[in-house]
Amino acid sequence: MSSGSGPVALASTSGRRRRTDRVMRIVLLALTLVALVPLVLVIVRLLGSGLKALSWKFFTTDPTGSFLGDPGGIKSAILGTVEIIAVASAVSIPIGIGVALYLVEYGRTSRFASVVRYFVDVLTGVPSIVFGLFVYAALVVTKVGGSGFAGWKGALAVALLMLPVVTRSAEVVLLLVPGGLREAALALGAPRWKVVARVVLPTAAPGLITGSLLAIARGAGETAPLLFTAAIVQGTTYNLNGRMNSLPAQIFADVGQAQDRLVTRAWGAAVTLVTMILILNIVARLYARRSRLS
Amino acid sequence: MEAGALAPRGDSGALGLQGSSRGRLADPAFRWFLTILAALILALIVFFFVFLINKASPAISKFGVFGFTFSNNWDVSRNIYGAWPLLVGTIITSTVALVIGVPIAIATALYVSELCPPRVRPPLTMLLELLAAVPSVVYGLWGVFFLIPKLRPAEQWVSDTFGFLPFIGGPVAGPNYFIAGLILAIMILPIVSAISREVISTVPAELKEASLALGATRWEMIRMSVLPYSRAGIVGATMLGLGRAVGETIAVTLVIGNAPTIGKQLFDQGYTLAAVIANEFGEAANNKLHSAALIAAGLVLFVLTLVINGLARYIVMRGDRLRNISPTQAEIGMPTAAPLMGQGLTE
Repeated sequence: MSSGSGPVALASTSGRRRRTDRVMRIVLLALTLVALVPLVLVIVRLLGSGLKALSWKFFTTDPTGSFLGDPGGIKSAILGTVEIIAVASAVSIPIGIGVALYLVEYGRTSRFASVVRYFVDVLTGVPSIVFGLFVYAALVVTKVGGSGFAGWKGALAVALLMLPVVTRSAEVVLLLVPGGLREAALALGAPRWKVVARVVLPTAAPGLITGSLLAIARGAGETAPLLFTAAIVQGTTYNLNGRMNSLPAQIFADVGQAQDRLVTRAWGAAVTLVTMILILNIVARLYARRSRLS
Repeated sequence: MEAGALAPRGDSGALGLQGSSRGRLADPAFRWFLTILAALILALIVFFFVFLINKASPAISKFGVFGFTFSNNWDVSRNIYGAWPLLVGTIITSTVALVIGVPIAIATALYVSELCPPRVRPPLTMLLELLAAVPSVVYGLWGVFFLIPKLRPAEQWVSDTFGFLPFIGGPVAGPNYFIAGLILAIMILPIVSAISREVISTVPAELKEASLALGATRWEMIRMSVLPYSRAGIVGATMLGLGRAVGETIAVTLVIGNAPTIGKQLFDQGYTLAAVIANEFGEAANNKLHSAALIAAGLVLFVLTLVINGLARYIVMRGDRLRNISPTQAEIGMPTAAPLMGQGLTE
């Protein structure tokens, strides 16, 4: 590559160095391919074992709880996941964006803001099962709201683990809103809240949507906090104060069974769950591309 | 009811951005509202911590902090709880995950940012991020029905052939430490890779060009310019991956065998802190000491991740040149903003 003889004669690359270079390039490429092997294996197995479980009936019937007979479908699990995620999003997205607004618009580099930022980072690192344990001990054991396990308690546990994701992604997006836009609005005499509502938030909207969708995708796949809080049931329920099924919990329950039909249902539910999460991810990325800030 | 319309100069701008008396009152209210939201997070975590300590206190006062954490005896039937076998299981599986996952993750980061053709970069990055989109329980499902049966002969061969090494040899259990570690390796790979890519992308082009201009090959450029510059960040990325591995629950619960003893070798069954909580909370509901012990196990886990993540963030953020990288950013996989972080639009 640099064996020329210009004005300054460079040392020519020796054969040994060239060979090392070639070998290391191949090693790095090979390891990258190795990293993708599990992805391929998981997807192939998911499609192979999961697709045959899918049918109209699979999506429209509740699990029957029957061990030897017809195990039923996953309707209650799909609806439960949607309900839990909807409630969790309604709690965590406004609060998360609100905290991010505080950090960007008011807190900036103040000591309080950096403490808040640090605690948000701490929340990011807390294992999801610890959130589940917390909600279990605080709300389930004490039977707050009259019942032990409840959909809204599961949603709260999921909201706790979505909160830092929403906050941190919103903070970055809000930071990208050009200061000039804010100053222009302020110079017109607009109060701060109006600058936020009319200038900052609309400008950042696509990015905020991306961050929120990624948080939802993260929350939708969580199992551990739901086992403790919303529990596993068979029937579909729209009562947030009752036990509520969910896709991850249903899969977890079915994996442990030594019954082929239950395991097949687990694969079918897994395909459904992964598809839902992939769609969320793809939509998030499309919004990210639309963002004028990027 | 536009606030601007109440102002004397109400004729202006479609956006209605002009101030008004109502606006001036609303402003401090808005500010305080947001500040209280932020303070809520602090209150939440403090409450969280105090509450868990309080709930764990029956176990802690009975066995003591050290007795609980370091005694090798988790026996539900005799109501004795020492978390050492669980802690050891957590350490073994996380170590396996790091040993397997981190070199591969760093290799992918180097390949994607320094070697691969620009056209391949976006799809390759996307595929690596897809690994993070698969939920824990699905990895567990796959582990139970694919990894465990398929790897068993290979594990037995390793166990027979390398039996002279410590911690290897003897009969292979289906679910075991190694399988759990392998699944954790797959799960931490995308995070470690993403943060390493971020860190590597901060290496100044001049440094890389300087090596190349001196006649270095690509690999020599990576070894002498890229790696030394990004070492701290990569170590931080590894620590964040470790934090993830330690707390991962469901996939591990399904493939570790759930035996509350310390296995003699890598292919023995075991247990981890997170898995014991997921498995036993149901039966613990009517046993005060048992549930307190599980909450105490959660507390040990919490403190462990707190220390690991704190260290990671300290390492990643240390030094001026890395200040612009937020590890959390890459962790949560925000696609757009990260490269623009350093531009300081609000400074």
